[in-house]
Amino acid sequence: METGSRRFKANAAAALANPVLQGNLRMAKGKFIDKRAIAIKEIDDFEATREAAKNLRNAVLENLDLWLEKFEEAATARGATVLWAKDGAEICRHVVEIGKKHGVKKAVKSKSMLSEEAGLNHALAAAGIQPVETDLGEYILQINDNERPSHIIAPAVHKCLDEVADLFHATHRTPRKTGIPALTREAREVLREHFLTAEMGISGGNFLIAETGSVALVTNEGNGRMVTTLPRVHVVITGIEKVIPTLEDLATLMRLLPRSATGQSISNYVSVLTGTKGPDDHDGPEHLYFILVDNGRADVIGSEFQDMLRCIRCGACMNHCPVYQTIGGHAYGWVYPGPMGAVLTPLYLGIENAIDLPHAATLCNQCGVVCPVNIPLPDLLRKLREKQVERKLRPWSERIGLKAWAWAASHPGLYAFGARLAARYLKWLAGGEASIPVLGAAPEWTAGRDFPAPEGRTFRELYAQRKKS
Amino acid sequence: MSSGSRREDILGRVRARLGRDAANAAAGRAAVEATLAAQAQGPRPAVDTQDSALARRFVEKSLAQSSSVDSVATLAAAPAAVARYLAGQNLPPQAVVWPSLAGLDWAGAGMTIEARGAVDADLVGITGCFCAVAETGTLMLCGAPDAPATVSLLPETHIAIVPASRIVPGMEEAFALARAELGRLPRAVNFISGPSRTGDIEQTIVLGAHGPYRVHLVVVTAEE
Repeated sequence: METGSRRFKANAAAALANPVLQGNLRMAKGKFIDKRAIAIKEIDDFEATREAAKNLRNAVLENLDLWLEKFEEAATARGATVLWAKDGAEICRHVVEIGKKHGVKKAVKSKSMLSEEAGLNHALAAAGIQPVETDLGEYILQINDNERPSHIIAPAVHKCLDEVADLFHATHRTPRKTGIPALTREAREVLREHFLTAEMGISGGNFLIAETGSVALVTNEGNGRMVTTLPRVHVVITGIEKVIPTLEDLATLMRLLPRSATGQSISNYVSVLTGTKGPDDHDGPEHLYFILVDNGRADVIGSEFQDMLRCIRCGACMNHCPVYQTIGGHAYGWVYPGPMGAVLTPLYLGIENAIDLPHAATLCNQCGVVCPVNIPLPDLLRKLREKQVERKLRPWSERIGLKAWAWAASHPGLYAFGARLAARYLKWLAGGEASIPVLGAAPEWTAGRDFPAPEGRTFRELYAQRKKS
Repeated sequence: MSSGSRREDILGRVRARLGRDAANAAAGRAAVEATLAAQAQGPRPAVDTQDSALARRFVEKSLAQSSSVDSVATLAAAPAAVARYLAGQNLPPQAVVWPSLAGLDWAGAGMTIEARGAVDADLVGITGCFCAVAETGTLMLCGAPDAPATVSLLPETHIAIVPASRIVPGMEEAFALARAELGRLPRAVNFISGPSRTGDIEQTIVLGAHGPYRVHLVVVTAEE
């Protein structure tokens, strides 16, 4: 699978060296954090609510096969067709086949991260079906030569107003606008035409409700409603882990999702969509398809990483992550950035294909503290690091270095001697300064920070001396 | 691989990972059925459920969602309130209306209405609601032939008539009402909280993305 996750270090270095991106990241920093902090105070007991959300998500995962069967039965009873896809290629094949069957020339899309996993837009275009992204952020990226989203909730958060103004001016051939409301209206007018003429709507799904066979869609712009109301075909693409049992569970999760994502008490539109258009209905799709996608998820079930499948895709972990705040989302190289992406990407694409991501974290646990379903993200990142060691995927220098250290550490006399030697050598190397700017043995480590210079004597020496006096 | 065999492949792998066998399948199915039957609620924020407090909270939260709110004593007074609002907004007294509301005396309030689903050219859409949620200031609209979803979506201005008697504390009560009165969920249930918006450019909130720019609520305080 084509992914930039193998090039994380180079991507991150480029992001740090990009002044426009750095300016945009500084501007975005903190906005979601402040709003979330206020919004979660409105629910009287955030901890109890997220514990309930965690438990209900866990209960589904523990019987996922049965809940999927239940959902399928309920959805089918209401006239939907349920299809299954192992990977991105199968998603694309299903959607293209559905499009051809119903004579689709244009598909309007509400935001779907799974369609990003699949590279669906490319496959649709190749099959002669025009894909149109309708979330404003996604649309901005699509007209910028199909740029990838850098955030799962705010895909174009790395772009500033000036960049969007240039892009609209160039793409729509309209006079250049400078106000955000004017640009938003321009996008509305351009996209309204697409909503009215598309034969197919494609959406993701925030939740699948087993009780009713429904998909729940959460949006602010109303594009999710458009793509599921106007076209005569609606295709829902979701991961198999998105099932929840009941409508009550939806109510619980809706107290957490918008607050954690954008700091809203509730998103503007929560749509619960079930089955196809009735004979007397004015609107709604005549054909409804669910594509339930594995793409690496099934293998996470029953593993030590199963907690990750609770994720409800709010983005709070990345908003609060010091690494994400500094390098933005593109550096992570695939669909999901930030802490959740650093766990999901190696799990879905293979640990060997995203070696650096589990290390792109300080393990400060900001992500774990804000996660609305209490996923222990730092623990999972650490477990992934352990897997890398177990599978001998770490560089040889690190492996030999750690082996040597482990051997020395189990020989106390030798260890004390080595430590004394090192402390004196490093003091000499510092030449009277408080820190060492370049360390020959670890040049990469000191490229980003200075190494604090030791005082010349080890802790054990100082301790022994103090005991004597 | 056909979709049918892919289904077996994916479910088979999930079952294998869960260690599913005939014995624990029965227990699992029982757990699933018990969960569905229990319809258990999670922790709820405190909402004062006295009628007047519910209405007050609904109004307060609706304003916080950038809706505007008016109230009238009776349903018969709603068309005049709608006409007043449109005049105040310098909008023509014309609208597309849910067929379920076509029986009100719109002409008597100086309004020209068409009862049907909305099209792109419609500037004003008037709906009722199935019920409304006090906790967040949210309307619950249930699609039906006489309550088309497009009316609350395509026009730039959405006006909703909200009987105070239909204001419930939370989403849980709204769903319970739908189960009790409709039996099964209609195709489209839409929870609407204020005008459509986006923050996708520089995280600056702009009202009026793809849906309405304005949502105006006319709360009807007394039963007819």
